[in-house]
Amino acid sequence: MGLKDWIEAPAASVVPAARSKLNLLRGAAARLTTPLLPDDYLHLANPLWSARELRGRIVEVRPETQDSATIVIKPGWGFDFNYQPGQYIGIGLHVDGRWHWRSYSLTSPPNWENKKISIAVKAMPEGFLSSHLVGGAVPSGTIVRLATPSGNFALPDPPPEKILFITAGSGITPVMGMLRTMNRRGQLPDVMHIHSAPTESDVMFADELTALHAEHEDFVSKVQLTRRDGKFKLSSLDQVCPDWRERQTWACGPLPLLDEIEDVWKAEGIDDRLHMERFAVSRIDAEADGGTVTFEKSGKTITVDGATTLLEAGEKSGALMPFGCRMGICQTCVVPLVSGHAIDLRSGKQHVEGERIQTCISAAAGDCTLDA
Amino acid sequence: MAITDIKEFSHLTAADVEALGRELDQIRLDIEDSRGIRDARYIRRVIRVQRALELGGRMALFGSRYRPAWLAGTALLSLSKIIENMELGHNVMHGQWDWMNDPEIHSCSWEWDQTGPSEHWKRAHNYQHHTYTNVVGMDDDLGFGILRMTRDEPWKPINLLQPVANVILAATFEWGIALHDLTAASKLEGSAKGQLNSQANKDFARKIFHQVGKDFVLFPALTGPAWKSTLTANATANLVRNLWAYVVIFCGHFPDGAEKFTVAEFEQETRHEWYLRQMLGSANFNSGKLMGLMSGNLSYQIEHHVFPDLPSNRYPEIAVKMRALCEKFDLPYTTGSLFKQYLLALRTIHKLALPDTWLIATSDRAPETSSELRFRESGFKDAAMAMVEDLRTDPVTGKRVGLLTALKSQARSRMPKRKK
Repeated sequence: MGLKDWIEAPAASVVPAARSKLNLLRGAAARLTTPLLPDDYLHLANPLWSARELRGRIVEVRPETQDSATIVIKPGWGFDFNYQPGQYIGIGLHVDGRWHWRSYSLTSPPNWENKKISIAVKAMPEGFLSSHLVGGAVPSGTIVRLATPSGNFALPDPPPEKILFITAGSGITPVMGMLRTMNRRGQLPDVMHIHSAPTESDVMFADELTALHAEHEDFVSKVQLTRRDGKFKLSSLDQVCPDWRERQTWACGPLPLLDEIEDVWKAEGIDDRLHMERFAVSRIDAEADGGTVTFEKSGKTITVDGATTLLEAGEKSGALMPFGCRMGICQTCVVPLVSGHAIDLRSGKQHVEGERIQTCISAAAGDCTLDA
Repeated sequence: MAITDIKEFSHLTAADVEALGRELDQIRLDIEDSRGIRDARYIRRVIRVQRALELGGRMALFGSRYRPAWLAGTALLSLSKIIENMELGHNVMHGQWDWMNDPEIHSCSWEWDQTGPSEHWKRAHNYQHHTYTNVVGMDDDLGFGILRMTRDEPWKPINLLQPVANVILAATFEWGIALHDLTAASKLEGSAKGQLNSQANKDFARKIFHQVGKDFVLFPALTGPAWKSTLTANATANLVRNLWAYVVIFCGHFPDGAEKFTVAEFEQETRHEWYLRQMLGSANFNSGKLMGLMSGNLSYQIEHHVFPDLPSNRYPEIAVKMRALCEKFDLPYTTGSLFKQYLLALRTIHKLALPDTWLIATSDRAPETSSELRFRESGFKDAAMAMVEDLRTDPVTGKRVGLLTALKSQARSRMPKRKK
């Protein structure tokens, strides 16, 4: 390790991609402020000056429909705008003393110029955070935590020549990000977009879809209003989009729709052209009913019942689990919950992804993944 | 001998212990349900205050060649280190603030301003000490392997030096803790004694390098011509913090009334008996808001040991309920002034430096190790036990009669009769 590396080391874990003089300075300062990082002081002055984790400031909350809104965020130091359209971002919001984490699709094209990103959020009756965001309880200026954009549901660059998008409800959000990106780059190819929503007033980005449809002859937007016209039938694809089998397809929406699509594409033997995003809806009445637990680092998987603690599950599967008192007091067995739900067996409280949980007193509530 | 049967000692039936446990479970749930913005604001405010103190102290020390600046800088830095150690480091690493889901105020990520790595400390303290609290032979915090704090440990001639060892431990407390935690970490890791390049040793070396480098090399160097006075100021601040932490910790488990337990008792313990052991094994000292902050609310050691992972700012309100429970079940609630509690601990340290033959009380009745046998000794059986067994409730007041009454009546009967 050279001297420069050594000085940078304390700050290096933060933004490895963007090495700069600032990192050198931060690293040097970290040597002085150990065990705290310069961040611990800097973000007291300005919360966006954190290099330890990504942050952003909400600059606008713009209603889309009655129960959905676009949230525009200006990310702070170290955010990489080089994401792929269609990816989602983790966002942490402070409500009543707790940080709540959820993932939402990015609707903004990757953009270095105005250095802002946007997500679109639909209020779900069971989604605590989404209702909070849409309901106007979060004023502009609010600081949020951000996780790096991720996800495989993404549009390649350049995009394929023929595209089919099938979306329903808030499933339109990642596709909106893709459409805007292609439009911005002036490379909107032959795109067929079929979108379902209950009524006209439920269609997110309705005006924008109409405008795109009018501007680009290669872009066809078909909106199915399900309360009036019924569910969109996949069997009608041959009429609506005769060459659907040749197209690269991106689908996003409720799980039953996606399952159906998957079956059809498989039956046609063209499922290699299908890209899907499954939104797991956050449950509020979750019970410890067990499930398949995946231990990411150890690469182990095990199916357990709702009475088995995640610590026991890990040990049974052969994963390397930190452990301690086994009664929930010592906090040495705490690991992050990467996805899914877990339940505190003592209080029955639910944990969602992005939280760090005590494995010795928590059980799986459905399938979940642990960072262990 | 220490307590081998906590139910007999506490004069409670199995059903009583369960009832007590259920009430404590309820207290926990009530606090968990009511954690919110008010608590989050509290911890953030403490963090801001601590960082301001630290910055102020470091700044003042640039002028530390002038005596008033040295004094101000040292005082600010000492305060900062005390708060960082007690209310922040200790409590955050207990997971008291994990519920906020804030990665920066979380037991997984917090590193504290002490020589020992926090990872080691969490193993030795959160796990071993808080699980096996005051179980002789299992809780290494009993005397930290240096002091003889219970008569269950056989006396050795080296114990005669105990008063000196105590002073050295107090002055170098962070190092005592660090070495103590290193031993625990190495043991858990399973590394051989002479293995220098074990993970535990490497983590330890790295932490010392940063910690010592910061206070004794980098900051003095940074103040240029004032390096010497900055060095003494930093050393003083560390010393002040060490002494204070030592006093607070010693007041938590070593005053009279904080009981010890045997491995036999621990082995058959139920979850609710664990609560009872924590209650009887800990001691409080009186504190207001400021003293609460400066001691990391370890002035509420009893509450802390029963609920180590509930936010410290809630201990005062838990204490009100805890006292009421102790009264209801006629259990002692060991508390006193900081001064008194420390003197009691100090008395034990000095007393146990001497061989047992020089001591008056039997092991079962000695204040630092009493056991249920004290109530079986002849002479007391009639006075205390008979009353307790036959009349579990006082016929006049209807109050439960239990351990506290028994201890009081025993103490009374031992007192010499006053001449009329």
